[in-house]
Amino acid sequence: MKILQTILEALDSLTANKMRSGLTMLGIVIGVAAVIAMMAIGAGVQNSITGQIEGIGTNLIFVSAGNQQQDVRNPKPLTLADAEALGDPLAAPSVLAVAPSVGTQQEVSAGRESSRMSVTGVTPAYAGVSNETLTEGEFITQEWLQGRSAVAVIGPDTAQRLFDRTVGVIGETIRIAGTPYRVVGVLEAKGGSGFGSQDDRVLIPLTTAQSRLIQRNVRDSVDSIQVQAVNSESVAAATEEISQILRTRHRTEVGIDDFTLFSQDSILSIAQSITGILTVFLGGIAGISLLVGGIGIMNIMLVSVTERTREIGLRKAVGARKRDILIQFLTESMLLSLLGGLVGILLAVGLAYGIGAIAAASGTPIDPSITLSAVLLATLFSMSVGLLFGIYPANRAANLQPVEALRYE
Amino acid sequence: MSDIVVNARDVTKVYKMGEFDVHALRGVSLDIARSEVVSIMGPSGSGKSTLMNVIGCLDRPTDGEYWLDGEKVENLSDDQLSSIRNRKVGFVFQSFNLLPRQTALTNVVLPLRYAGLNNQEAQKKAMAALEKVGLADRVKHRPNELSGGQQQRVAIARALVNDPAIILADEPTGALDSKSGQEIMDLLLHMNQEQGTTLIFVTHDPRIASMTQRTVHLKDGLVEEEEL
Ligand SMILES: Nc1ncnc2c1ncn2[C@@H]1O[C@H](COP(=O)(O)OP(=O)(O)OP(=O)(O)O)[C@@H](O)[C@H]1O
Ligand SMILES: [Mg+2]
Repeated sequence: MKILQTILEALDSLTANKMRSGLTMLGIVIGVAAVIAMMAIGAGVQNSITGQIEGIGTNLIFVSAGNQQQDVRNPKPLTLADAEALGDPLAAPSVLAVAPSVGTQQEVSAGRESSRMSVTGVTPAYAGVSNETLTEGEFITQEWLQGRSAVAVIGPDTAQRLFDRTVGVIGETIRIAGTPYRVVGVLEAKGGSGFGSQDDRVLIPLTTAQSRLIQRNVRDSVDSIQVQAVNSESVAAATEEISQILRTRHRTEVGIDDFTLFSQDSILSIAQSITGILTVFLGGIAGISLLVGGIGIMNIMLVSVTERTREIGLRKAVGARKRDILIQFLTESMLLSLLGGLVGILLAVGLAYGIGAIAAASGTPIDPSITLSAVLLATLFSMSVGLLFGIYPANRAANLQPVEALRYE
Repeated sequence: MSDIVVNARDVTKVYKMGEFDVHALRGVSLDIARSEVVSIMGPSGSGKSTLMNVIGCLDRPTDGEYWLDGEKVENLSDDQLSSIRNRKVGFVFQSFNLLPRQTALTNVVLPLRYAGLNNQEAQKKAMAALEKVGLADRVKHRPNELSGGQQQRVAIARALVNDPAIILADEPTGALDSKSGQEIMDLLLHMNQEQGTTLIFVTHDPRIASMTQRTVHLKDGLVEEEEL
């Protein structure tokens, strides 16, 4: 009851100076809106990147040739034979599937349409490991692999580009580096992303790629091997098994590997920490504007205390204690910042979705996510700003001597 | 309870103005009995307002002893002084000192809020006080919608709403024409007769002084003479 009375009184004195209160609030509105919108966009970027990495597959380990950290004498490339060895269930019980691949950029054309895009040579295992499903046709089979057949599975965007449709393209012919290939399947869309679309590419049998497109020094060499672990718990064990097998096969020196392993988890956590830092960074910069808003509150409250010196004196003369005056002015500054914070949250929602829409329109979809915790945090934060920057002026008011205050002109 | 409401012994008040000391009160001793009506007169700068501030516990004396209604007002904290003012003192100022944005009713409720009364009780008591000063039909008016005399009545209602032991009025009619000034005096004297409230006036007007039972003359911070 008393709290309500205090709040009503504070509201009343704030509305006495609508323009001034509004402008002061604006500082907080902008600050809070900036903080929430930036955090939302940061979280949106994080979700979008995480989603892409998870879209590649589950429990994956990426094996590539070479060692970035150390110089290796006489490094050996990865080969198909290596891939087969990793698939041995006795030596590598934690491994579920192995998918070697070679990749290259090639001119792909159909009719008069033509463009450069990624062409990857894969084995049938690739579909399972990479979570690929088809909207029509079938994936590259063992027979096509062994027969070095000129067949291709294409992404939905590729189909759209080359044939102006994504269905009924089975049996059509595309040309890769001038050679005709028969389209045997169309991949299901994975959701576009700015960072190299997963939906605009061509998959052909690994053997076909090796013999026709990519001439390497070592026969049967592959660019990378994707290994899928049995489950998420066995990723570590699978990593160890892979290392053992490759060390033996490549006869590496002790402690110096000529290959590099990357688990999907480690990529995920790196990406998350980068986007996390980005979010904190954006939020921190936005936080500065909230600080400026807080200083605005302090400034206006100081003016208000000076203007109302006689009022304070009168209140004290009729019995107000320090605490009463302190609470009165703190309520005002906290109301200012709280109301500013609430308006700021609304503005942030608009801002975040506006930026999301602009991002989507420019081809890099970010789904800004405003979480309840961000809203609560902002509310709490703006109230503490009001408290923090209100304490000094309120304290000043509370400590005025009644006689002096009543004499003030 | 003692029958002496104001009991001041050798009260001094010194203001420090940089290097100078301003001796506003040089040793004032004063007794005022319950229900007494006293006026304080003296030339400008003689320390009348300073004495009123000490009597009303708005300010502490620099030296000397002072009891208000039996309570010793020395070494009390600011908040304790606030509480004493709230319970025992009603102020009426020359310039009314009403809160400009609040209605007459809210202005009168103010001391009761600080006394911790709940809203309903406070409103009831404030209404009764406004009725006593003849403003029952003006409770929702703001100060700028009231005449000077009416504003001073609101201030009087505010001063007496807590049933104080004393009402201190520092030139209460100073800002009013003689007719409304007379009405204000009549009202205050009526309160004294009805409720036995002790009244202390500061005034320059001998006619007002003549309406009180006793006049204290101050000069240069000292009581010059008392006349009955
Ligand atoms: N806050 C203060 N600081 C310094 N000197 C003060 C202060 N208040 C009052 N004085 C001085 O104390 C003396 C007494 O002042 P006071 O206000 O009590 O006079 P007064 O009798 O009420 O005069 P008036 O009739 O003009 O109201 C004056 O000389 C005044 O200058
Ligand atoms: Mg004076």
